[in-house]
Amino acid sequence: MNKIKNFKTSFYYRYLKAPSTKFIIYFILIGVGYAYLYPLLYMITTSFMSVEDLVNPTVNWIPTKITFDNFARAWKVLEATKSLLNSAYMSTIPALFQTFITALIAYGLSRFEFPLKRFWIVLMLATFLIPSQVTLVTKYMLFSRLNLTGTPFVSFLPSLTGQGIRSAIFILLYYNFFNMLPKTFDEAAELDGANSLQIFFRIVFPLSIPAMVTTFIFSLVWYWNETLLTGLLLGNNIKTIPIALRDFVSKYAVMFPTADGSAANRINEGIRMSATLITILPLLITYLILQRQFVESLERTGITGE
Amino acid sequence: MSKKSRMKKALLGYLYISPWIIGFLIFTAYPFFYSLYLSFFNVNFTVEGIKATFVGLKHYIYAFKTDPSFPINFWNTLLSIVLSTPLILVFSLVVAILLNNKLKARAFFRLLYFLPVVIISGPVISELVANNAAQIVDPRKYFIYNFFTLLPNTVSYPFIYMFNNLVLILWFSGVQILFFLAGLQKISGSIYEAAKIDGANSWVIFWKITLPLIKPFVLINAIYTIVDLASFANNPVNTSITQRMFDIDKPYSYSSALSWIYFIAVMIIIGVAFLLLKEGRKNK
Repeated sequence: MNKIKNFKTSFYYRYLKAPSTKFIIYFILIGVGYAYLYPLLYMITTSFMSVEDLVNPTVNWIPTKITFDNFARAWKVLEATKSLLNSAYMSTIPALFQTFITALIAYGLSRFEFPLKRFWIVLMLATFLIPSQVTLVTKYMLFSRLNLTGTPFVSFLPSLTGQGIRSAIFILLYYNFFNMLPKTFDEAAELDGANSLQIFFRIVFPLSIPAMVTTFIFSLVWYWNETLLTGLLLGNNIKTIPIALRDFVSKYAVMFPTADGSAANRINEGIRMSATLITILPLLITYLILQRQFVESLERTGITGE
Repeated sequence: MSKKSRMKKALLGYLYISPWIIGFLIFTAYPFFYSLYLSFFNVNFTVEGIKATFVGLKHYIYAFKTDPSFPINFWNTLLSIVLSTPLILVFSLVVAILLNNKLKARAFFRLLYFLPVVIISGPVISELVANNAAQIVDPRKYFIYNFFTLLPNTVSYPFIYMFNNLVLILWFSGVQILFFLAGLQKISGSIYEAAKIDGANSWVIFWKITLPLIKPFVLINAIYTIVDLASFANNPVNTSITQRMFDIDKPYSYSSALSWIYFIAVMIIIGVAFLLLKEGRKNK
C-alpha cells in the first residue's frame, strides 16, 4: 500500500509538478534577465545606428545599416586613447597596492595576538560605514595643502595605507581566509627558523591566490568606476574614462558646434551610447574573461564566514 | 622566555597593522573629524593661512532654513535609499532562492545578474537614464501604474518609485544575490528533507526554515546596500556638497556641515535597519 503511494507521489512529482515549477522558475529568471540586459542591448544596437535610423520609428532594434561614425566621434570627444590609458593605470596600480597591503594587515590580525585587537577590527569595519561624501571636502583640503591634487598620489597614498575603496571588505575577506588556512604550516616553518615575513611570502601568499585574485579584480573594477572622489581630486589633470563620459555632452558641444544651424553636428543617442559603450567595454571584456573569479569569489574566499 | 616571545608577537602584530593605523589617522580619521570641526566654523583665507572663526550651528540652520536646494536634494537621496533598500533585499532574496534550485543554466543566470556590479558607475548610469535605456517599458501605459497614481501621494509614492526605477533596483542587486546564494547553500539539504517528511510545504519551509536561517545575511546585505547606495556618485546630495565647496562667503565649512547632516542621516537609517533585522534571541 505504502509503496503504491510512494510511486504515485514520485510519478506526480517527476512528470507533472517538477517540470511545471521548473518552467515557472525559468520563466521568471529569463524575464528578470531581460530586464537586466535591456539597457546593454539598447546601448549596443543604438550605438551602431545612423541618424536616419534613430529618427525612423520603424527601426527599433536592428539598424538598417551598421555605422561606425558614432564611435569615431565619441572616441575623439572622449579623447579615449588618453582617457583609457589614464583609467588603466589609475585603477591597476591602486588595486595592486590594495591587494597587497590589505593582505599584510589581515595577516597581522589573523596570526598574532596583541592587545586591543578586537578594537582595531571593529574600527576597520566601522570605516566601511562612512559614506565617501563625509570626508570629501577635508580630503580635498588635505591633498591641496600637500600640493598633491591632480597627481596620481591622491589614489596611491590611501590605497598604500589600507584606506582604499572599500578596503574594510577586503581586510575582512583576507582575515576570514587566513583563519581558514591551517596554522600547522606556519608552525612548522617557524620551527625551521623562518620569520613571519618569510612565512607570509613563502607559505601564506601562494595559498591565498584565490583571495588575492578576488581582491584585485574587485578593487580594479571599483577604482575604474569611482568618479566622486577622483573627479574632485584629480580635476582636469588626469581624466579617467568615466570622468570623460561625465563631461561628454558639454565637451561635444564645444568640439562640434551647431551654431551654424547644421543638423549634422547635433549630438544624438547613438553617439552618447557609443561613448558609454567605449567606457564600459574594458570592464565587460575583463568580466567575460574572469567570470568564474568574479562570480564564485564570495563562496571560495569564505567571506560569508564559517 | 614565553612572556618575552609573546611581547615580540604582539609587537610584530602591531607592525603588520601599522600601515592601516597610519593611513587611518591621516586619510580617514583626520578628514572625518576635521570636517565635523569645520562645520561649526567659518573659514577665511588670510595671508598667514586659513583662519577659522566659530559660528556654532549657523551652517546647520542655514542648510534647512535658507538653502533653496539642499533640503530637496537631501530628502530625495534619503527617500531613494529608504525605498530602494527593502526592494533590493526582497528582490535579491527571491532571485537567490530561485537560483538555489538545481538548474542547468544556473551559472549563466548568476553571471548575468552579477554583470551590472562590474559596469556600474555614476556617469554610465546618468547616460543610460538620460537616453531612456534604463526604462524597459513605459509604465504609464499600464493600468496598474495609473491605478496607483490615483491613490493619495503618500500611499502611491513607493509603488510609483518602484515602477520608475525598476532597472536601477535590479542593477544594484548583484552582490546581494550572490551573498544570499552563498548563505542558502550553507543550509544543509537534510533540514529540508526532514521538514518535507513532516509534511511541510514549500511556503511553510520558506517562512519557518529558510528565512530564520538566512536572517543574519539579510542584516549584512541591508547594511551593504545602504552604504552602497549612500556613497553612489549620482546622489543629488553630492551636487549640494560639491557645488558649495568654494562658496565665497563660507568655503569648505558649509559643505562640511552638509556632509555631516548626511552622515548622521545615513547612520540613523543603518541603525533602524540594524534594530529591525538583528536576531531577536532575547525575546524567545
